[in-house]
Amino acid sequence: MSSSSTSAQPREATADTVESPLLEVRDLHVEFRTRDGVAKAVNGVNYSVRAGETLAILGESGSGKSVTAQAVMGILDSPPGFVTGGQIVFKGRDLLTLGKEDRRKVRGSQMAMIFQDALSSLNPVHSVGSQLGEMYRVHKGSSRQDAKAKAIELMDRVRIPAAKARVGDYPHQFSGGMRQRIMIAMALALEPDLIIADEPTTALDVTVQAQVMDLLAELQGEYHMGLILITHDLGVVADVADKIAVMYAGRIVETAPVHELYAKPAHPYTRGLLDSIPRLDQKGQELYAIKGLPPNLLRIPPGCAFNPRCPRAQEICRTTVPPLFEVTDEAGTPRPGRASACHFWKETLDD
Amino acid sequence: MTDGATALSAPVPQGAAFTKPVPEGEPILQIRDLVKHFPLTQGVVVKKQIGAVKAVDGVSFDLRKGETLGIVGESGCGKSTLAKVLMNLEPATSGSVRYKGEEISRLSGAALKAVRRNIQMVFQDPYTSLNPRMTVGDIIGEPYEIHPEVAPKGERRKAVQDLLDVVGLNPEYINRYPHQFSGGQRQRIGIARGLALKPEVIICDEPVSALDVSVQAQVINLLEKLQNEFELSYIFIAHDLSIVRHISDRVGVMYLGKMVEIGSDLEIYDHATHPYTQALLSAVPVPDPAARQVRDRIVLTGDVPSPADPPSGCRFRTRCWKAQERCAIEEPLLAVPSWLDGLAAHESACHFAAEREIEQSAAEREIEQSAAERGAEGGTEAETERAAGQEDGSADGDDAR
Repeated sequence: MSSSSTSAQPREATADTVESPLLEVRDLHVEFRTRDGVAKAVNGVNYSVRAGETLAILGESGSGKSVTAQAVMGILDSPPGFVTGGQIVFKGRDLLTLGKEDRRKVRGSQMAMIFQDALSSLNPVHSVGSQLGEMYRVHKGSSRQDAKAKAIELMDRVRIPAAKARVGDYPHQFSGGMRQRIMIAMALALEPDLIIADEPTTALDVTVQAQVMDLLAELQGEYHMGLILITHDLGVVADVADKIAVMYAGRIVETAPVHELYAKPAHPYTRGLLDSIPRLDQKGQELYAIKGLPPNLLRIPPGCAFNPRCPRAQEICRTTVPPLFEVTDEAGTPRPGRASACHFWKETLDD
Repeated sequence: MTDGATALSAPVPQGAAFTKPVPEGEPILQIRDLVKHFPLTQGVVVKKQIGAVKAVDGVSFDLRKGETLGIVGESGCGKSTLAKVLMNLEPATSGSVRYKGEEISRLSGAALKAVRRNIQMVFQDPYTSLNPRMTVGDIIGEPYEIHPEVAPKGERRKAVQDLLDVVGLNPEYINRYPHQFSGGQRQRIGIARGLALKPEVIICDEPVSALDVSVQAQVINLLEKLQNEFELSYIFIAHDLSIVRHISDRVGVMYLGKMVEIGSDLEIYDHATHPYTQALLSAVPVPDPAARQVRDRIVLTGDVPSPADPPSGCRFRTRCWKAQERCAIEEPLLAVPSWLDGLAAHESACHFAAEREIEQSAAEREIEQSAAERGAEGGTEAETERAAGQEDGSADGDDAR
């Protein structure tokens, strides 16, 4: 497959941007203006992904993880959603300053998204072949015949058996795992530099989930893509992520390399999540559960948004929003990539 | 192994599968050879049956009072159909479901109503199982319309508020509509509705799969608390194996409409003998990044075959790495394999049932080696166990997984 010739920036440019992050989200704010008021879905999110790196964004529903991804992709429903501040720097350009047409050229050819529910993301009245080929027809102006050949090639690449025979089949004729493969194929079509996978395996069975995650990891390595994996499944994250950002109420509350996060969380929310996984030695006992519910985004509590549910909450937590503190070891040297938005991160870390 | 296999080929009478002692208590539900086929028809005027989707195809088990039976399996294996047939929401094609000795499928009218009061269900999808035009109070209180003896009219509002409180929702939310709640909260509403009639058995069909991790734990705790409080029996259908293990006393594994393995949680999770169970367990992502290198995962190829046209003989053979000619001809019955002992000896429907020999990773070997060196004089427990396992050549790697 040739490189994306229609994209605004030639592919060669990636070579010298390898060291600087592929995508950098800086202080992103997104709000939804609804009849009931303004829901602050994303409140100052910062993260970065390098080529070949997997960043997992972990959070409950309503934590803003998907909204951030939609803002990055530029597919936020607007209205009611509005990006009210921040920058999304992709390969050195702030995407938020681009016009609609330029944005559309980036989307699909340079960054692509895999959605959770493949059945509702695919068009039921078009064959999968024509939906896969559409990427080539629209972005590259390929002929129908070429597009079909490419679609078969893609289906082979994501290991759909008998691709040639099935290229004319419709989405409902495929199983859940196969549909998700088609979604992956579609995202890969133009060999993007960044893939955002929003709960790619949540709707799948464990055995199929293993197949799909393996495929995704393999293709990521092959194309040296950046991958943002949005999920709530701590198991999947542990398997594939390089670094993790934990989101809560529209903010990143902790970032850490994967091993450190699981071994020594520095935020009570992360700790609570890890503790609430059923463990073998707790059989028959009550599971640890974080009390309460995630906050209503229309009424985020003052101070630390987690304070009503936090076992460690003090007066300061109810009044002052904790900044993202750098996490250091005892000697005071910062741990690379680690940060925690908790006034008591040190105590949590030492627990 | 071949000796053992021939021993099994002696016909095992149906129903004899339950000779093994299970947790104390009388069986509250007895399911025998339950079959549910959905006919596939052709033609508009003259309908002709051209086949059937064999959603549940001969399933037998007991549910005892106060027990939780977990049922796991991939989507399409018939778990949810099983739940519906148990509720008598779908009539069974054949087989029997007995509630306290009474055959459910033959009941009708008042008798069926009484039984149904005692078997309630919590559904999978909190988005579609709640009527969007009804308030929460009406949804949870609706069972009282059908069974007014449980809560007289004047006390209903109070009863609903108590239920809301029990499931961790604010009792003031009684007049809200489902769309005003998050998915997790909606599932609590579903649980409250399931509890409304104070049933003895609750069939939970994927009750927590739509919930966030922190909320999942709350709901699991809630279900366990309610079980202790009201002596409930649960049939807990889920695909999250770690949660099933946490909550279940016994676990049944289903594949393509058949129960392939059933036993206590320890027997299934640590001593699985059916290849499908082993593959399923090995595919579960472990929430520990350190396990990444150590894991020995069986990645099954392909998808579940169509239940309308299941493979002959053993249904798992098309995806099984142990499959032989015999598996295509002869259907393995769910029985205790005679060649296994200890915890491995539980019901498993495989001609070649055996515990899995985990291929050890370098890291594991190192740990074991250093352990062996430390306890060189006596020979460590692990070593002797391993040696014993190798002698009889079948049960090995007790600490599998």
